[in-house]
Amino acid sequence: MGKKVLMKGNEAIGEAAIRAGCLNYFAYPITPQSEVAEYLAKRMPEVGGVFVQGESEVAVGYMLFGASAAGARVFTTSSSPGVSLMSEAISYIAGAQCPCVFVNIIRGGPGLGGILPSQGDYFQSVKGGGHGDYRMLVMAPASVQEAVEMMMVAFPLAEKYRGPIMILGDGLIGQMMEPVEFPDDLATDPSDKDDWATNGMENRKSGSRNLVKSLYLDPEQLNDHNLLLKSKYDQMKKEEIRYEAYNTDGDYVSLIVSYGTMSRVCKTAIDNLKEEGVEVGMIRPQTLFPFPDAAIRDAAVKPGCKTVVSIEMSMGQMVEDVERCVQGRRPVGWYGKCGGDVPTPEEIMQVIKEGI
Amino acid sequence: MGKAFTKPEALADAHTHYCPGCTHGVIHRLVAEVIDELGIRGRTVGIAPVGCAVLAYNYFTFDFQEAAHGRAPAMATGIKRVRPDLMVFTYQGDGDLASIGMGEIIHAANRGEKFTTIFVNNAVYGMTGGQMAPTTMPGQRTTTSPAGRNVEEAGMPIQMAELLATLQTPGYVTRQTVIKPRYITRAKKAIKKAFEYQVAGKCFSFVEVVSTCPTNWGMTPLEAVKWSEETLLAYYKLGEYKTPEQEA
Repeated sequence: MGKKVLMKGNEAIGEAAIRAGCLNYFAYPITPQSEVAEYLAKRMPEVGGVFVQGESEVAVGYMLFGASAAGARVFTTSSSPGVSLMSEAISYIAGAQCPCVFVNIIRGGPGLGGILPSQGDYFQSVKGGGHGDYRMLVMAPASVQEAVEMMMVAFPLAEKYRGPIMILGDGLIGQMMEPVEFPDDLATDPSDKDDWATNGMENRKSGSRNLVKSLYLDPEQLNDHNLLLKSKYDQMKKEEIRYEAYNTDGDYVSLIVSYGTMSRVCKTAIDNLKEEGVEVGMIRPQTLFPFPDAAIRDAAVKPGCKTVVSIEMSMGQMVEDVERCVQGRRPVGWYGKCGGDVPTPEEIMQVIKEGI
Repeated sequence: MGKAFTKPEALADAHTHYCPGCTHGVIHRLVAEVIDELGIRGRTVGIAPVGCAVLAYNYFTFDFQEAAHGRAPAMATGIKRVRPDLMVFTYQGDGDLASIGMGEIIHAANRGEKFTTIFVNNAVYGMTGGQMAPTTMPGQRTTTSPAGRNVEEAGMPIQMAELLATLQTPGYVTRQTVIKPRYITRAKKAIKKAFEYQVAGKCFSFVEVVSTCPTNWGMTPLEAVKWSEETLLAYYKLGEYKTPEQEA
């Protein structure tokens, strides 16, 4: 581990990419993530990296696509309206199987919404913001330190699955300052991409040409292509699910499912309720896709657990996945806000007490 | 006796899907000849557009990427920035480049990205079935301008070479055609010059090629050549609009 430094989340995300071995960054300014671009505009030249401010998020998405297809590690950061514009490219990148890392520091929506923190892009990220049958590995950090670690593992994961990956942080993750360490052992070298990348025939042992595309006009070929993509998503479900269980060892009367910054407030509420003699457990998905289905189901149906509640900074998006996991075996509720105010521990305690 | 005429190495031995009288085949060949002559096939990456040339990668023998509609210049930017040693060109039609991709081409040209764009202008959307393009001539009938392009509603056709030549960033901008043999030699020279600027790492280079679309114009190939020469070349004037030396 390196030494501990105090950093704003957005800057730490930029630094983490460099430490992870990604020296190529394309972006367009948008609140509340512009500090990443500002940080890397200075930092990339220092490390011999590439910094390009694109003319729009639409173009930035394709700059990533081109650079990744040419074999480079590459990433961008944006916020909700910008990610809507990038979603076109994300669909193409998924179809053409190129490793790219996208960071969404979510702000409130829909439309321009607001600039304060939100988790309103759960559906967009997890269910597919772009067209067609694709999925994206989505990781949701709950602290600046976790954002750094997720950034660093995102690049090898994107290469393992040859596709887009998203780090989904609510605005607080980008804006708050916390002490962070950059774990040296998470630095990785880019994978060998000679079997598919368009990095120039003369630069490859095979000497044969490569083609990066998403068009399959023959119905059988397109179906096969989608089956191939599906096999990767199925593999993610087997190998990449990450979650944290909190206060689930003993018995509890209620189970919270919450992620990102919201889950930290829930922890405080759980600690406070414990002092009042009310035991509440929590599952915090760290990957939103693949979703920790089995962990949530098992925790929900534990004897003594009467209710399940999904607490989110949105109008109830993840709750649909929680309901899917619980399969009607316990009542599933939702509580949340999405104007930019984070629900307080007191509000959450109230919700839990009313539910049981 | 030696072989007098052969296929460029950069061109695949394939039948194209292009219609009779279409000039994509000629333009593909010119690009392939230039790539061979410059000896850059092993480090070239082409970018196919959306449109009739979406399958262009089937006709060339080097690395290719396939773009979304209009986004090829952004992809080319991405490649060139991370791999300046690769020779990159976009091959785009007028619906792709002058309509949905207007933002991407203007900004790539203005940043002076060191890649080459081959812009094939036949004044109509080809693959989608002959709809009006930003380059469609006044009064020209298309499937979405059945009474002819109404300039009161659709404005005048966009002249891309002139437009890009107004940018202050140094670049190479030229308009050529390949509708008759005498134009082809000049077009090849321009395409070669465009790639030479890229090889030298000099500037963005843009070759507009005025073309034909007999199928969507509802003409025979010969009528299409005549209409292209009389109508398109009167508005889309051939010539060099900008060279990097001018600004220097």
